[in-house]
Amino acid sequence: MKVDQSLPLEYSTEQNKNNILGFWVFLGAEIMLFGTLFAAYFVLADRTGSGPTGVEIFQITPVLIETFILLTSSFTIGLGINAMRKGNLKAMITFYVITLLLGLSFLGVEIYEFVHYAHIGAAITVSAFTSTLLTTLGTHGAHVTFGLVWGILIVYQLIKRGLTPETANKSFIFSLYWHFLDVVWIFIFSFVYLKGMI
Amino acid sequence: MDYFERFAIPHPSPAIYASMVAIGFTVIALIFVLTYFKLWGYLWREWLTTVDHKKIGIMYLISAIVMLFRGGADAIMMRAQMAVPNNTLLDAQHYNEIFTTHGTVMIIFMAMPFIMAFMNFIVPLQIGARDVAFPRLNALSFWLFFMGAMLLNISFVIGGSPDAGWTNYFPLADNEFSPSVGTNYYLFALQISGLGTLMTGINMIVTILRMRAPGMTLMKMPMFTWSAFIANVIIVFAFPVLTVALTMGTFDRLFATKFFTTTDGGMDMLWANFFWVWGHPEVYILILPAFGIYSEIISTFSKRNLYGYKSMVGSMVIISFLSFLVWTHHFFTMGQGALTNSIFSITTMAIAVPTGVKIFNWLFTLWKGNIEFTTPMLYSMLFIPTFTIGGVTGVMLGMSAADYQYHNTMFLVAHFHMVIIPGVVFAMLAGLHYYWPKMFGFMLNEKIGKITAWVIAIGTLLTFMPMFFSGLDGQARRMYTYTESTGFGIWNMISFIGAIGFTIGFMLIVYNVYYSIRYSPRNIGMDPWDARTLEWATPNPVPFYNFAKQPHVNSVETFWDSKNNGHELFPEPYEDIHMPSNSGMPFILACIFFAWGFSFVFSMWIPAILSTIGIFICMALRSLEKDPGYYVTVKEIKETEKKLRGVQ
Repeated sequence: MKVDQSLPLEYSTEQNKNNILGFWVFLGAEIMLFGTLFAAYFVLADRTGSGPTGVEIFQITPVLIETFILLTSSFTIGLGINAMRKGNLKAMITFYVITLLLGLSFLGVEIYEFVHYAHIGAAITVSAFTSTLLTTLGTHGAHVTFGLVWGILIVYQLIKRGLTPETANKSFIFSLYWHFLDVVWIFIFSFVYLKGMI
Repeated sequence: MDYFERFAIPHPSPAIYASMVAIGFTVIALIFVLTYFKLWGYLWREWLTTVDHKKIGIMYLISAIVMLFRGGADAIMMRAQMAVPNNTLLDAQHYNEIFTTHGTVMIIFMAMPFIMAFMNFIVPLQIGARDVAFPRLNALSFWLFFMGAMLLNISFVIGGSPDAGWTNYFPLADNEFSPSVGTNYYLFALQISGLGTLMTGINMIVTILRMRAPGMTLMKMPMFTWSAFIANVIIVFAFPVLTVALTMGTFDRLFATKFFTTTDGGMDMLWANFFWVWGHPEVYILILPAFGIYSEIISTFSKRNLYGYKSMVGSMVIISFLSFLVWTHHFFTMGQGALTNSIFSITTMAIAVPTGVKIFNWLFTLWKGNIEFTTPMLYSMLFIPTFTIGGVTGVMLGMSAADYQYHNTMFLVAHFHMVIIPGVVFAMLAGLHYYWPKMFGFMLNEKIGKITAWVIAIGTLLTFMPMFFSGLDGQARRMYTYTESTGFGIWNMISFIGAIGFTIGFMLIVYNVYYSIRYSPRNIGMDPWDARTLEWATPNPVPFYNFAKQPHVNSVETFWDSKNNGHELFPEPYEDIHMPSNSGMPFILACIFFAWGFSFVFSMWIPAILSTIGIFICMALRSLEKDPGYYVTVKEIKETEKKLRGVQ
C-alpha cells in the first residue's frame, strides 16, 4: 500500500480518500432522508386529530439538556480529531470515550422524553402529529444509538491497533457522522421544539 | 398449526397452485444439478463470494432477464384477460395482483438491475479502473437487490401478492383495504433492494470521481460513464425519499401509526407526493444510462465522434435537476389547485427541451456518418421514432388542463410504455448485443438479432398504439374487464396480438443466446465492433484485473485515437496489481436481510429481532476485520495476457 506522508493519516492512501468521499456522498443521502422527515413533519405538525398538540407536550428542560449534551459531544469529538492529527493517541481515545459517554447520556434523556410522551397520551399511534414527531426524533435517536455501537468498535480498534491509516480513516469518518447528527439536532431543536412551543 | 396459517394464500387459484408445484420442482432440479455436477464449491467461490465488478454485472444481467420473463408473464396474462369483453380468465383480485407485480417487477427488479448490469460491467472499464471504489459494498448492493427481488417473488405463493398497484397509494394500501400481507411484501422488498441501490449510487459516484485513468478529465469521459454518473447522483438524492415513505407506510400497517390514514390527522396524499418525488427521478435513473448506451452505439456505428458532446452532458445535468421538480404531474386531478398544476405543467414540458437536444444530437451524429446497420444500431434506430411517439404524448399529458381527459386511462398506459420500452428496454437489448462479446467472449448472431429487433419493435407498436385510441375513448386503466358495448374490444384484441409478438421476440432472444453459445466463433479479438472507447482495449472476455497496464487517456475516444491517430494507450511498464479478496459476508448479510424482511412481513417478532441483531453482528464483524487484499504479480499478468491475446 502506498502511503503519502505529506497528507494527514486519514487521507494518506487512495482507499482512504475514496472512503471519505464516499461517506460525504452518504451524508448527502442522509440529508435527503432527514429532509423528507422534516417535510413530513411540517405537513403533519398541525394535524393532531383528537391527540395533543406540540405546545401541550413539549418541555423545555429535557430538550435543553439534550441540546447542550449533544453540542458538547460535537466539540469533544473535534478535540479528538485534533489529538489524532497531533498523533496523541491517548488524548484522542479519551476524547472519543467522553464523546460516547455524552452520546449515551443524550440517549438516556431522549428515552426519558419518549416515555414521558407515552405517559401523557402522546404515543406514536395517537395522531399524524405524534407519528411524525416520534418518527423524526426516533430516526435521529436510532442514528445516535448506531453511532454509539460504531464508536465503541472504533475505540476498541484504536486501543488494539493504534493509529494506522485505517484506524485514523475510520475515526475521521466517525467524526463526520457525529457532527452530522449534531447538525440534524440543531434543525430538530429549531424547527420541531422551538417552533412547536410558540 | 395456527401459526402456519398465516402463510396460506388468501385468494388461491389453480394457476397459483401450478406455480407452487413448478417452483418446487425448479428448486429440486437446481439442487440436483448443482450436487450432481459438484458445482456447489464453484458457485460459492466464483459467484456468491465474488467482489469482481464484472461478475456482479453478469449476475445483475441474469437476474434482470429472469425478472423480465416474470414481468412478461404477468403482462401476457393481463393482455389475454383484456383481449375480449367480459372475459373470465382472471377475476378482479387476480388482475389487481398481476398489474401490481407487473409494474413493480418491471421497474424495480428488471429495468434497474439491467441498468446496474451495464453500469457495473462497463463503467470501470470505460474509465480504466481495476474495480469500483468499494468492491465489497458492490457485492452487498447486488445481494440486497437480489434478496429484495426474491422476497417480492415468493409473495404470490406464500401469503399473497401485493394488490394495491405498483404505486401502492394509501389509503388503498392500508390494512383496511389491503388486509393480506401482500403490501408488506411490497414495502420490504422495495426497502431492501432500495438500500442496495443507494449503496451502488455512492459506490459509482466515488468510482467515477476518483478512479479515472490518468488524462481522463471529466469532459473526456465516455458518454455512458457520464450518464451513469448523473443517474447515480439522482439515485443518492431520490432513494432516501423512498426509504422514508416506505418506512412510514410500514409503520402505518404494522404499528398503527397515522401517517397516511384518513383518520386522526393522517394524510393519504403525502404518500402520493413522496412516492413520486422518488418515482419521477427514478424514471430518469433508468432512462439516462439507456441514453448513454445509445450514444455509445450510435457513435460507434456511424464511425463518427458523438455530435454535441458538451450539450449532451449539459442536457443530462438539466434533466437530472428538472426530474425533481415535476412529480405533481402524476396526480394533476387530485386537487392541488390551478396554480400548482400550472407550475408543474411548465416544468414537465421543459424537460422535453433537453431531451429534444439529445435526440437532435443523435440525428446529427448520424448525419454524414458512415452508418453500419448492426443489431445494436438497428435497436437504436428503431428507438428514435418510437420513443418520440411516447415523448410527445408525454407533453400532451403534461398539460394539466388536458390531463383531466387522459388521467387514469389507457392513454397514459400507452404513453409510459412507449417511452420505457423504446427508451429503456430497446437500449438494454441494444447494449446486450453490443457488450455481449465483452462479457462472454463471443458475439450474438446478427441475423437472428436483427429479426428479433424488428419483431419486438412491431410488437411494441401493435401492443401500445391501440391503447392511445381506447384510452382517448375512455377505457380506464387497471379495470379487469369491460362490456362489449364500449367498443374497446377491437383495440384490446390488437394489443393482445402485439403482446404475442413481444413474446415471440423474447423467445427469439433466448434462442439467439442458445444458438450463439453453440455456433458463434470464439476468436473474435478484442475489438469486434471497431469501437471507440477504452473498454474495448481489453481482451474478450476481460481478465479479472481488467487492464494489465495503466491506460493513459488523451481524448473522449482514446481507444480510437490509439488505433488511428498514434496515441500510445499503455506507456507504462507492468506493475503488480492490488486486488480485493473475495468475501462471503455480503451474501450472508443479504440472506439475513431476507429473513429480516420475511419476519416483518408476517409480523413474526422474535425472528425479526434475531435477524436485526444478526445484521448488526455482521456489520460489527466487518468493522473489526482486516482486509488487505492481495497482489497479482507481473509474472502472472504476463502469462495471462499472453494466453488471452495469443488467440488473436
